[in-house]
Amino acid sequence: MSQLKTAHSSSEDFPPVLALQNICKNFTGVRALNNVSLNLYPGQVTALVGENGAGKSTVVKILTGIHQPSSGEILLAGEQVQFATAHHAASAGVTAIHQETVLFDDLNVAENIYIGHAPRSRFGLIDTQAMRQQAKALLDDIGADISPTAMLRDLGIANKHMVAIARALSIDARVVIMDEPTAALSHKEINELYVLVEKLKSQGKAILFISHKFDEIFSIADRFTVFRDGGFIGEGKIKGVNESELVKMMVGRPVDQIFPTRQPDLGNEILQVSKYCHPTEFDDISFTLRRGEILGFYGLVGAGRSEVMQSLFGIKRPCSGTASVDGKRLEIRSPADAIAHGIVYVPEDRGKQGAITTLPIFQNVSLPSLQQTSRRGFIRLAQEFALTRKYTERLDLRAAALDQNVAELSGGNQQKVVIAKWLATQPKVIVLDEPTKGIDVGSKAAVHEFMAELASQGLAVIMVSSEIPEMLGMSDRVIVMREGRMVTELRGDSLTPETLVRHAAGIGEE
Amino acid sequence: MLKTILAARETLLLVAVLLLLLLVSSRFPAFIEIDNLVKVLTDTSPLIILALGQMLVIVTRCIDLSVAANLALTGMVVAMLNTAAPELPIVFTLLIAVSLGAVLGAINGLLVWRLAIPSIVVTLGTMTIFRGTIFLISDGQWINAHEMSEHFSQFPRGSVAGMPVLAWIAVLVTITAWIFIARTPTGRAFFAVGSNPHASVYTGIDVGRTQCIAFIISGALAGLTGYLWVARYAVAYVDIASGFELEVVAACVIGGIAIAGGQGSVVGVLLGAIFLGVVKNALPVVNISPFWQLAISGAAILIAVAFNSRSSQSRGRLILKEAEQST
Repeated sequence: MSQLKTAHSSSEDFPPVLALQNICKNFTGVRALNNVSLNLYPGQVTALVGENGAGKSTVVKILTGIHQPSSGEILLAGEQVQFATAHHAASAGVTAIHQETVLFDDLNVAENIYIGHAPRSRFGLIDTQAMRQQAKALLDDIGADISPTAMLRDLGIANKHMVAIARALSIDARVVIMDEPTAALSHKEINELYVLVEKLKSQGKAILFISHKFDEIFSIADRFTVFRDGGFIGEGKIKGVNESELVKMMVGRPVDQIFPTRQPDLGNEILQVSKYCHPTEFDDISFTLRRGEILGFYGLVGAGRSEVMQSLFGIKRPCSGTASVDGKRLEIRSPADAIAHGIVYVPEDRGKQGAITTLPIFQNVSLPSLQQTSRRGFIRLAQEFALTRKYTERLDLRAAALDQNVAELSGGNQQKVVIAKWLATQPKVIVLDEPTKGIDVGSKAAVHEFMAELASQGLAVIMVSSEIPEMLGMSDRVIVMREGRMVTELRGDSLTPETLVRHAAGIGEE
Repeated sequence: MLKTILAARETLLLVAVLLLLLLVSSRFPAFIEIDNLVKVLTDTSPLIILALGQMLVIVTRCIDLSVAANLALTGMVVAMLNTAAPELPIVFTLLIAVSLGAVLGAINGLLVWRLAIPSIVVTLGTMTIFRGTIFLISDGQWINAHEMSEHFSQFPRGSVAGMPVLAWIAVLVTITAWIFIARTPTGRAFFAVGSNPHASVYTGIDVGRTQCIAFIISGALAGLTGYLWVARYAVAYVDIASGFELEVVAACVIGGIAIAGGQGSVVGVLLGAIFLGVVKNALPVVNISPFWQLAISGAAILIAVAFNSRSSQSRGRLILKEAEQST
């Protein structure tokens, strides 16, 4: 692969074929991108590097016309353009191969490749014959042995990926975006992809390559651009940096968040998980947790952290392994069992998995505790309101009234409703999955403070998070997971941004 | 805020019903005499009972198209039972009707829960199966008034405090449904499941099981109505209440039950059913063709649905405004 690295690239003096300049993007109150720039040169692979939440996906969406920038310019071959729709971007020659390929299972391969821009016959109908021939030519070109008439449903993941690539190339692309293209591929297929990338380079296409895997970046990219927290950090030639410099650029941030100071008072061991396995999601997970402790789980998206927690909570079924609370082995068949044993899980996606937004606050909070507030099968409203008031006041929930609908609350307050709901069940172990994702800074601080308070009251807390400052600021101990396995456990001095990223991304230990 | 919108919707429906009554009484004053109103209520009672069951099913994001067929099958079974054992006390007849209906509902519920088949497909299938079963057990024969015993066919018509038993049962079912929804954990679960199935799972609610319970209740109420229907009209045959399931769904939709699940109220359904009942009874009185009745029901459904989607839209705008302010 070393010859790729040194592949001649005399295009230094060429202007970038596509350039983003001072792009900002705001989503309802959250600034996702702040003055970022990105240059893509013909015949070169530019790696876009950054942590989760650095703004990589947002940039891809702006480049492909799915989002429009709030301010800033897009220059295509030096001229200012606007990608108002995905169609605009495609006709300008910008094409993307996505993380989760967007294809249609019930259409055949040729139809998948040409949907939206199929060749037409004289009468304006789709020219099936021509479409199949062109699809065949495209597939041959990228070395994929797939019949254009095969149904997509019947293809394996790798072949689906090849179809996605063929689709991306079916428009006359000048810029090809590859968003974590190797995530689903085997070693052999990755090598084939490298050959393909070389071919695209030789055709003068500009390639934006997004990956968390450093070995890939160093073997395939010519240039790099680093984003952090939606801001531009730096760019340059890949030959000019080494891994640890790149990691520093990714994570080295000023401490802009203040975390509550804690004197962890660890009690007895409350949770033991031993040799948890799942056929597809994770393998051999063992850890223990003590009262008053905050245990962090760090890893890249897809490392299996949430899946482990969902197994503990009875949503997924581990195929082997045991979990015990207070030394008592658990039989967890459903979330109701987990709740009864004192384990609760505050899911990541509030809208989808957390709050029931069409119900009022008090009905949300009491939902898992209705047995407590009922007598002889009937809910006692006074008890229900008392329970709700108790826990929402502790969390400093801002709401006009407790019978207000949750949909009307802000993101931070919705999060508080969800947490109040779980506290009301009086748990022993609370799992918080990305507890501060997508909420404003003030609410974040409140959640952190509350997390510290829970721990000080003897609750055992597991925090799954992809935010490094939060990991460092809140956890007593961090377990790093990669590709479904526990890689290491970090604490004290060994717990630094660099060690976290290194272990999560699989960069060789020093 | 939303509460006021919901309240407004029900108030609006009430106003519509009252306006309709006023309009009819201007041409035919006798229509709004108490006696006649009781008649209208009695006539609408089967619709009210079935719509309340249907409401629970729709709230959990399902639909039960088999209610009318369930009603007809249960009605036929109790009618045949009555010809075989004329002296069977009415309590047992009621018990059998409710249990058989519940069992038929449980078939729907289990298919939806255990096999995860979409409810519209399941109930479309069982609807046909139930109708077919009536033919099989009855050989396509009718059971007429003279074959039924006196107490069997007279029970729903018996008067208590000036109102027929049939209407009292509808009142009782309405009150029970209201308490059940407002004050029991299971009642809450229906709305949680329909509003956000994912969140419900994380809250420890078994979504499939909750939907199954809704089908069982819907089935039990259909069974109850099956006996009442057969006794009231004193006839049982394959095609009774044919197509009635659509009227039941219509009552729910007009009553403001969100077809996407999670939202609705007992009062809304009650008013929705009464609205349809008044239209049905008033139009012949003022000499309007029954075909107009269909058109009016249809228009009412469209207006109700448009109104529902409009109110949820304005809610969306409100959130956007807040977000804009906060930036």
